[in-house]
Amino acid sequence: MSELITLTVDGVEIKAEPGTSILRAALANGIYIPHLCDHPDLTSVGICRVCLVEIEGRRPTVSCMTPVEEGMVVTTASEELDQTRKVNLELLVINHDYNCQSCSKNSKCNLQELTRYIGLDEERIKAMRKPMLDSPIDDSNPYYIRNMDKCVLCGICVRTCDEIQGDGCIDFAYRGIKTKIAVLGDKPIIDSTCVTCGECVSRCPVGALVPRNAVEPTYEVETICPFCGCGCGMVVGARGNKIVSSRAVPDSPANNGSLCVKGRFGLSFVNHPNRLTKPLIRKDGELVESSWEEAISLIAQKLGQYKGDQFATIASAKCTVEDNYVMQKFTRAVMETNNIDHCARL
Amino acid sequence: MSFEKHLMICGATGCISSGSNKVQQALVEELEKHGLKGKYRLVMGGCPGLCEEGPIIVIYPDEVFYCRLKPEDMTEMVEKHLIGGEVVERLLYNGPDVDSPVRFYDSIPFYAKQKFNVLRNGGIIDPESIDEYIMRGGYRAFSRALEMDPETIYGEVKQSGLRGRGGAGFPTGMKWQFAAQSKGSKKYVVCNADEGDPGAFMDRSILEGDPHAILEGMLICGLAIGADEGYIYCRAEYPLAIKRLKIAIDQAENYGLLGKNILGYGKNFKIKIKEGAGAFVCGEETALLASIEGRRGVPRHRPPFPAVEGLWGKPTCINNVETFANIPLILKKGGVADFASVGTEGSKGTKVFALAGKIRNTGLCEVPMGITIREIIFDVGGGIKDGRKFKAVQAGGPSGGCIPEEYLDLPIDYDSLTSAGAIMGSGGLVVMDEGTCMVDLARYFLSFTQKESCGQCIPCRLGTTQMFNILNDITEGRGKPEDIKLLEELAWAIKKGSMCGLGQTAPNPVLTTLRYFRDEYEAHVYEKRCPALVCKALLRYCIDPEKCIGCRRCTKECPVDAISGEKKEPHVIDQELCIKCGACFDVCPKKVQAVEVLSEGLPEPKVNETCEEGCKCQS
Repeated sequence: MSELITLTVDGVEIKAEPGTSILRAALANGIYIPHLCDHPDLTSVGICRVCLVEIEGRRPTVSCMTPVEEGMVVTTASEELDQTRKVNLELLVINHDYNCQSCSKNSKCNLQELTRYIGLDEERIKAMRKPMLDSPIDDSNPYYIRNMDKCVLCGICVRTCDEIQGDGCIDFAYRGIKTKIAVLGDKPIIDSTCVTCGECVSRCPVGALVPRNAVEPTYEVETICPFCGCGCGMVVGARGNKIVSSRAVPDSPANNGSLCVKGRFGLSFVNHPNRLTKPLIRKDGELVESSWEEAISLIAQKLGQYKGDQFATIASAKCTVEDNYVMQKFTRAVMETNNIDHCARL
Repeated sequence: MSFEKHLMICGATGCISSGSNKVQQALVEELEKHGLKGKYRLVMGGCPGLCEEGPIIVIYPDEVFYCRLKPEDMTEMVEKHLIGGEVVERLLYNGPDVDSPVRFYDSIPFYAKQKFNVLRNGGIIDPESIDEYIMRGGYRAFSRALEMDPETIYGEVKQSGLRGRGGAGFPTGMKWQFAAQSKGSKKYVVCNADEGDPGAFMDRSILEGDPHAILEGMLICGLAIGADEGYIYCRAEYPLAIKRLKIAIDQAENYGLLGKNILGYGKNFKIKIKEGAGAFVCGEETALLASIEGRRGVPRHRPPFPAVEGLWGKPTCINNVETFANIPLILKKGGVADFASVGTEGSKGTKVFALAGKIRNTGLCEVPMGITIREIIFDVGGGIKDGRKFKAVQAGGPSGGCIPEEYLDLPIDYDSLTSAGAIMGSGGLVVMDEGTCMVDLARYFLSFTQKESCGQCIPCRLGTTQMFNILNDITEGRGKPEDIKLLEELAWAIKKGSMCGLGQTAPNPVLTTLRYFRDEYEAHVYEKRCPALVCKALLRYCIDPEKCIGCRRCTKECPVDAISGEKKEPHVIDQELCIKCGACFDVCPKKVQAVEVLSEGLPEPKVNETCEEGCKCQS
C-alpha cells in the first residue's frame, strides 16, 4: 500500500490513497460534495459540473476529476460556487419533466436530492424560458422504459454499458440542446445490441430509465439468484408474498454488484400460478401430486434397475457447480456411464 | 527553362469564389491565341490578402498588381501589357484611399502597415512547388534544427516569446518543453487546422499559400519533443488546402525531408492528414484528439494536458497552423532576435487578422502585435464601407467580444484584448457599423455556440440555449425587465461552470455587448424598440404622405398586398398585414424616399374589452 496523502477539505484534514479524486476522498471521509455524474462503480468524466470546488491557488474545478495532492486546501462551498451550482441545477430542472408525483423514482431521485440540498431561486426559474418537453417515450423493451425528458445526460448509463456490461450499445448522440442518449441509428432500444441486463436502469440517478410497472417493495430479503449456477447475490424486494423487485448485493463476491436480465427482470415465475411446487408422480396415466419423500423413494428404487448405457443424466444449469459435480460423479461412479449432459443455459 | 515573366494569379478560396479560375482560363486561351504559351509562367498562387479586390494577378518582374479582374479583361492585359509592354492603368488598384491608380504592393495603403512573417510566401511562390519554398529559405531552419539538441530548440522558441496563435495564447516554447519532458517512447505532433470561427480564414490562407511552412514547423517540433509522427487535422471544408498539403507531403517525402532517416540524420517523421467532419468544438484540442482517434469529437477534462496524455494516451504537442508557420522564422539563424524585436512586452511577433463585416478592405492582413485597432481598421482596412460610422468590432469570433469605439486606440495583444472583455481568438475581426444591432449580434453568436456545443456539460448545453432563447425573445419584442439580470447571471455561471473553452467563452459576446451597449438592451426590453433598426419585430414601415408620389411601385412589390392607395395619391401600409420584409423601402425611388423605417416601441397589447375580469388578457 502506498503512502496516504493528507489534504484539507473545508478545514478538515483528511487522508486518501494517491490517485483518489477529491470528491471520492471527501465522501469517504464524511464530507458531502454535491455531485450527479460521478458513480463509484465507474470512471469519472466531470461533465455535470455540480461537484465544483475551489482549490487554493487554482481556478475552480470539478472535484471528481482532480486527484488528491499532498497539502491541498479545498473549499467545497462559497458564494461563487453556490451561485454557479444553483444556476446549473436550475437549468437542469427547467429542462426536466418534473412530474415527480407520477415518477417511480420519486424520493429516490438524485435530482430531487440535489435541489433539496442546493436549493433553487424561484424567481430565476420563473424568468427562464421553458422548453417543450415532448420526447417520445421508448417502451420498446419489455422490461424497462426510457424517458428522455427526464434524462439529465449524466452519461452513467453509457459508461455502465461500456465499462460494466462491455456492450456499448448506447452513447451520446447529436449536439447542443439536441444531445441525447441513443443507440446506433437512434432506433428504439429493442433494435440495438442491448442485452437488457438492466445495469443502466439500476444506476440511472433519475427517472429516465425505470423498470416497467415498477412497484416499491415493503421489505427486502437477501438471497441467491434462483437461475444459473453463478450464485449471484441478490436482494429481492416483496410486497406481501409477491416479489416486486430485485437488485444485486453491491459487494457480493460472485457478481460484484451486477445482475443479468434473468436475475433482475425474470422473477415473475416465482408467483406464477402454473409453477410446480410439489413433485408429480404418474399413476394410471395421470400426474398426481405427491410428497418429496415418496418421489425420492420412487426414484431411488427405480435407479437400482439400470446400469451403464441403459442410463443417462440430464443435469441443470440452475444447479450450483457443486451440485453438478456431485451429479456427474454419481452418474460415472455409481451408474457407471458417461452419459451426462445438462440443459446448457437458461 | 526560363520565362519572360511570372504571372501570379491568386488561387486561394477568396479569389476563386470571385472568379479567378475563369480569369485564369481566359488568360490561357488568350495566350494560346497569340502563340505565347510557354513564354510566361502562370501560377495559381497563394493569397496576397486583399480579397475585396479579387481576383488579383501580380506580374513579375514588372511589379504590377492588377485587381478586380474579369475574364474579358484578359485580352487587353495580354495585348497591351504582355505584348505591348504598357501597364493597363484601368486594371490597377484605384481605391478611395489613393489619388490615382497605383502599380504595386508598396503603394497600396492596405499593405503599408503590414509586416509579413507568416504570410511571407503567400502570393509569391507557387504553393505546389517545394523548390520555390526552398528557394525562399525554406527548410533551412529545419536543417539547422537537425544539428541542435531538443533543449536548445524549445529554448529558442521560448526565448522568442511566441504564444499560441490558436486563441488562448499559451507560450509555445513552454508547451514544447512540457511535451519534450513527458516520458514516453511514442510522441505525436498535431497541427490544429480546424479553423471554425465564422469570418476567420487565416489558417486556410497559410495552408493554401505556403503549406511547406507548416510541414517545416511540425518537423522542427518533432525534433524538439522527440516525436516521429504528426497529424494535420484540417476541416474537410478546405479541399484546396488539403490538396496542397497532400502535394507538399509527397514532395517533402521525395526530397527525403519526411520519412525515414531524414537527410541522413537518423531521424524519422511522417505526417498524416485527418479531415474533420465540420464540428466547431473539434477545434478544442482534446476534442480534436478524440476525433483523430475515431471517437466522438467531444472535449475531456484537463489536466492531464495533451503534452502529458494526448493522442492515444501518448504525449502530444498540439499547435495551431499560424503557430507552426512562425517556427521556421524563429529557428533560422538569428530568427529569435528578429522575431522578438516585433510586438509588445507580452506578445511578440506579428498576427494575421481576417477583416470581415462592414469594412472596406475585407481580406487578410498581418500586422505587428501592439498596433492599435484603429490602425488595423482605418489604415489597413480602409475604414468603414459606404462612409458609415464605426460602431464596434467583434474580436475573436463567437468566443470573443465586441470592442467599442472608445477602445479603438487599444494596442492589440493577448492581454489588452482580454482586459477589454474580448479575446485574441484565432484573429477574426468582424467590423460593425451603426446599422448593426448589438442585441441581434449577441443573438447571432449565441445561436452559433448553442448549436455547436458538444452537449456534454450542463452549463454549456442548457445555458447557452437558455441565453439564446432569451436574446431571441428580446429581439422579437418579448423581453422582460428581469431578462438583463438573468442574462448576466447565466453568463457568469456558464463561464465558470463549463468544461472547455467553448462554454467558458460562449457568453463573451453577451457580456461585452451588455458592458458597452447596455442602453440598446434596455431600449429593446423596456421600450420595445431597436435603435439600429434591425430587429424586425420591433420595426414599423410607414409611408410619409407628404413625400409619396403615388407611383404604385411599392403596392406592386408588396408580397402580402398590405399597401393600398390610388395612383398619384399617397399610399398607406396596413400595419396588421405588413410582414416587414422591407420590399417597399427598397423599391421606393431614391429621389422620393417616402418609405420610413421606424422603431418607436410596440403598442400596448390590446385589452379584451369584453373580458369582465379586466385582467388585460389578449384573448
